[in-house]
Amino acid sequence: MNTTHYLVAGASHAGLEAVHRIRLVDGTSPITLVTRDAHAPYSPTILPYVVSGQSAPERVVLRPADYFLQHNITLISDNELVSIDETGKQVTLKSGDRWQYAKLLLATGADPIIPPIPGLSETPFHVLRTMQHAIDLRDHAGKAKRAVVLGAGLIGMHGAENLRHAGLDVTIVEMCDQVLPGYFDARAAALIEHAFNANGIRMLMGSRVVRVEPLGDGCRITLENGDSLEADLLLVATGVKPQLDYLKGTSVQVDQGILVDRRMRTDAPHIWAAGDVAQAADFYGEEKVMMGILPDAVTQGAVAAMDMTEDHALKPYIGGVPINTYTFFGQQAISVGQSLADASLEELTRVDEENGRYLKILLRENRLQGISSINQEMDAGIMWQLILRKVDLTPVKDAFIARPLETGRALMSSTWR
Amino acid sequence: MTAYNTIAFDPSRCELCNDCDACITACAQVKSGSDDPLHSRIKIVAGFNGNPPELALCRQCGDPECVKSCPSTALTKNPDTGLIDWEKSLCVDCLLCTVGCSYGGITYNATLQHVAKCDLCDGDPACVKACPSGALSYITSASIFNEQHEREDLFVPGLSACQGCNSEMIMRHSLRKVGPDTVLATPPGCIPGMGSVGFNGTTGTKVPVFHPLLTNTASMLAGLKKQYNRMGRNVTAMALAGDGGAGDVGFQSLSGAAERNDQILFICVDNEGYMNTGMQASGSTSYGSWTTTTPVGSEMKGKRTSQKNLAMIMMNHNCEYVATASTAFVEDYYEKLDKALAASERGFAYLHIYSPCPTGWRFPSSQTIEVCRKGVETNFAPLWEYERGGDLHFTHPIDNPLPVEAYLNLSGKYRHVNEEQLACIQQQVNERVRTLKRYAGLN
Repeated sequence: MNTTHYLVAGASHAGLEAVHRIRLVDGTSPITLVTRDAHAPYSPTILPYVVSGQSAPERVVLRPADYFLQHNITLISDNELVSIDETGKQVTLKSGDRWQYAKLLLATGADPIIPPIPGLSETPFHVLRTMQHAIDLRDHAGKAKRAVVLGAGLIGMHGAENLRHAGLDVTIVEMCDQVLPGYFDARAAALIEHAFNANGIRMLMGSRVVRVEPLGDGCRITLENGDSLEADLLLVATGVKPQLDYLKGTSVQVDQGILVDRRMRTDAPHIWAAGDVAQAADFYGEEKVMMGILPDAVTQGAVAAMDMTEDHALKPYIGGVPINTYTFFGQQAISVGQSLADASLEELTRVDEENGRYLKILLRENRLQGISSINQEMDAGIMWQLILRKVDLTPVKDAFIARPLETGRALMSSTWR
Repeated sequence: MTAYNTIAFDPSRCELCNDCDACITACAQVKSGSDDPLHSRIKIVAGFNGNPPELALCRQCGDPECVKSCPSTALTKNPDTGLIDWEKSLCVDCLLCTVGCSYGGITYNATLQHVAKCDLCDGDPACVKACPSGALSYITSASIFNEQHEREDLFVPGLSACQGCNSEMIMRHSLRKVGPDTVLATPPGCIPGMGSVGFNGTTGTKVPVFHPLLTNTASMLAGLKKQYNRMGRNVTAMALAGDGGAGDVGFQSLSGAAERNDQILFICVDNEGYMNTGMQASGSTSYGSWTTTTPVGSEMKGKRTSQKNLAMIMMNHNCEYVATASTAFVEDYYEKLDKALAASERGFAYLHIYSPCPTGWRFPSSQTIEVCRKGVETNFAPLWEYERGGDLHFTHPIDNPLPVEAYLNLSGKYRHVNEEQLACIQQQVNERVRTLKRYAGLN
């Protein structure tokens, strides 16, 4: 039996931020970090750039090996949790090793969803969630000519663009009528879709795949309307969800992810969860939500670690705000907070079709609820803070609507001392 | 641990309102060879409702969120320089760093098609050199912390000052700096009240401390110092007194010691009243202030008389060293403490530190330093020093003082102040500065 004080499962943003925070407060208690990956810690966000060759796998390591040595952190790679005994405070790893812990943080992330499409399981296809996936896809893309991407979410869109940069013919098939639903409204999505079309990517929106079958070295994809597509590379990017089998037999409550409170505590004693695996408070409503964005994983990892170390500076998690900074073909789409207006919101939209510019501000009682923009200079972090702090914009409303950038900067700068 | 350099911004000196964009142009030139402000990594934006300008610039944070949000490792905190370095060849233009920054310190440059941030120009920032008004300066930050944390804190843990009070900070910082060869006197007031003299037979300090009468602090210290001199021991005789213990009840012995130029380091922590006994007015309570003995009613509208300016009175004793200080400007205080300590070897040194009282002045406990800062920026509490035989010298001159309301509005004790009183206070502030300037040989 091995023993550790802090056991952190997962070595991406939430897990790494947690060990960083733990060490700020507790310099001595043993920390053990388990990651299923054989590669040194990296960000899932970087993977599309590994596919295109822009980022080399060995240059995107988030912490050098000596970081763990220096901070007295035991890093266990290529291994993962398979079960938890919450009464005995022990975990069993895939290797069969058992670890005794005092405090356990689950930051195991999420895995690709494989949609139940007839024939898919018999057909070779790619997903993009780990470094190995990225390397495989990159190597395959070097030899392929025609790619089909299922899903116009972030991974699908990034993946499609990078496959296009690699010189492939690319088609995106998406069930929804728009790209990036949840982050952008239909109008902004249309501008993004237009850029993809203009760069030679075929966009089949509102299309459902009814069958996939192998065809020579590639595959044939049949759509609901009877059309079929042939491809020698298929990327399935229809979303992610956490793999939670290791929780069997514990009192950890789950819904879409692990349910946590505002201190990232699960329902089981001495067990916390953070990052893409966690389902935590929503900033806007009562329901707990899956966020799945990088800055939020960092925040949740920090909150969990501060609670685990009983850090008095802890401020409970304020709730998830959807944020997306999306760059595509040299253009930028940024969305912070709500993107769709409802009756209770004041909506201000400016569209400059000619230059592909777009700006939408959503306010409730003169407080910012959401802002999204395309090809406009935008400080996403400032907007995020204005939303989180519920800053009353009444005295500066006209200025904010006219010049959100400068006004936001002045507002945040005035809080700095 | 090293001290890092940083660009400091004094908005009260910024000439943005006069269409000055020298820093922005200088930055754009140095970084991109263009005058286009889009290329500048320092952005000055107008303040609201007549407030001074504001700044969007990388703060080179200690635990930076931009770095944590970077998936490509293009951003790193450099432990040697303190800079947040950006490596172009690693950056994938995902803009997640801009989500991490709350101050617009890293922004996307659409012309260059990548993010850009301040790199302090390898230690010689172009914006600072270009600034014509001194609003931007290049300073070493955290040097005080780095220097001080090596020294022993000579007060015990657990002093029970009111929440937000800056006296504990003043006490701990001052005694750390003055060092263990000290005998400390703390006459009745908040400072012994919060436990510095100790209780249950133990002291609240790790140096000898005593609790003189309000009336005899300076004379007891004078005697102690003489005895130590006779014994051949170099000991600092130090007082941490309130404004009452210094300027009202304790004034006779203080004045006598200053007149004799006894070797004493006398620090007055001025909260404008007898705050620990129930917020009664003292001689240094300012005109118009609410206290329990200068109430606000149908007849009386707070204190009717002006505060006496104890620091100026002490200067007129022609003792070795006299200075005012504020915890909003701690570097300035440390320089003065060094000089005062050296001066106390030769004779009498007097430091007057502003200590706004969250409890008695009625402002939120988080705002103490802001009240201190506004006191200085409105010239209500100007920072100056005087050395025996020399001129008075302003250590943080305020060229464009804020109207005094900016200071008064922060505290509940001035809430009732009417137009007439306000004009009177502004006039007093102006007159006081004029007098000080005369001593400084200005105008």
